[in-house]
Amino acid sequence: MSFLGYRRQNGSVGTRNYTGIISTVGCANDVTWQISQQVKGCVPFLHGQGCSQTQPDLDQVTRTLISLGWNPNLAGVLVVSLGCESVLVDKIVEGIAGSGKPVEKIVIQKVGGAITALTQGSRLAQTMVADASKIKREEFPDSDLVLGVKCGASDTTSGLTSNPATGVACDLLIDKGGTCIFGETTEFMGAEHILARRAATPEVANKIMDIVARMERRATAMGFDMRGGQPTTGNIAGGLTTIEEKSLGAIAKGGTKPIQGVYEYGERPQGKGLFIVDTPGREPEFLTALGAAGAQVIIFSTGLGAPQGFPFVPVIKVTGNPITYERLTVHIDVFVELADKAGSDIARAGQALYQEVLAVASGKQTKAEIINYGNFPNIFTVGPVI
Amino acid sequence: MKQKAVVLSPKDNVATALAELKAGDTLELEVGGETREVKLTADVPFGHKFSLSKIEPNSPVIKYGEVIGVSTTTIKPGDYVHIHNVVSRRGRGDLEGSAR
Repeated sequence: MSFLGYRRQNGSVGTRNYTGIISTVGCANDVTWQISQQVKGCVPFLHGQGCSQTQPDLDQVTRTLISLGWNPNLAGVLVVSLGCESVLVDKIVEGIAGSGKPVEKIVIQKVGGAITALTQGSRLAQTMVADASKIKREEFPDSDLVLGVKCGASDTTSGLTSNPATGVACDLLIDKGGTCIFGETTEFMGAEHILARRAATPEVANKIMDIVARMERRATAMGFDMRGGQPTTGNIAGGLTTIEEKSLGAIAKGGTKPIQGVYEYGERPQGKGLFIVDTPGREPEFLTALGAAGAQVIIFSTGLGAPQGFPFVPVIKVTGNPITYERLTVHIDVFVELADKAGSDIARAGQALYQEVLAVASGKQTKAEIINYGNFPNIFTVGPVI
Repeated sequence: MKQKAVVLSPKDNVATALAELKAGDTLELEVGGETREVKLTADVPFGHKFSLSKIEPNSPVIKYGEVIGVSTTTIKPGDYVHIHNVVSRRGRGDLEGSAR
């Protein structure tokens, strides 16, 4: 099987052909947004980070923005900077240019303010879109796909149906030589021993245990039972009692293949197969991690009905909850029916989901793309704002 | 006909409701190839859990064949199982020495 994608300079393949308008700092978001609305074919990446943070967080933001710029769904990138932020715009521009794609920058304080920046930035973006529009879709093997998987607004149907079906789709792609990325480290708590058993090497197993312990320390440092935050109020209403129960259902979405590596937030996994990126599960931060990791398509399994997509990566919403499917058809792309007996029906649903991945990779629009829902992601940081 | 509840592993001591279940409902459940009967003592909403057997206080609650938490009280067969009678062992910043 194959899909129709856009060839990039570095050999990667896009499933979309956008010009990315990437903000370096929260203070540049308005101009970034305005350019993206002015020029057709552009997508914004907005966030609230990039300044008055400690060095590890500034490094994480820089790394993430560079990796987002590398995402093959972007044909070119315009970086929008305020000018006085803590992260270094030239480092970000240089980093993205390493991908071989065209990169431009606009610095609001240097060009004379927001209105000039909007005008000049829009001109730059217009040229980039014109160039990108010359690239045609071509046929590529499934092995060129990087699939991100996520679950959100989970209930107990997630662990029973939509997560296992997502896992089947992951396994199918890896069997064809492709790459899958999952994470949501908080939602490994209580299930990390099962994931560690699937690690390709003892080092990877240790890393899995380490990232879970690190995430748990961050949560317990606050001095409270984290229940309510994880599982969330909505998860609890949906029947999930503890983080352990949520985790045991959540890990099903990563399939059954060996885990080849564990990466830090904002890093791009190297190689083929199944990888973990260390990130909490909250949507705005996690979807960004998948985009940064190079995912060209995302499967998002939901019980209660999480609506959001991501600015430049199509997000396929799948649910096993019949009430959610009926009530939220505006958001849900695929329904996985609760089966009489788990097993064969899940396998069939997973295969159908895999076909949907190929269709979406080739240009089929997801519900979130069509209603333009998903313009407000964020970047995960661990330290204080200072 | 669809099952009204599912048990995911023979090791489990809880089942998950696949319909809105009512107190007094009697359910036939497949557990490790055997059929077991459980009468509910309370309403159990879609997607929520009930007990298959008596669970003593401070005992493991098991789903997917794995421990999902610890009981805080005696849970009788057919009881509704949720945050009122089960606590997590993880992310417990409220407990001394919980950071791992």
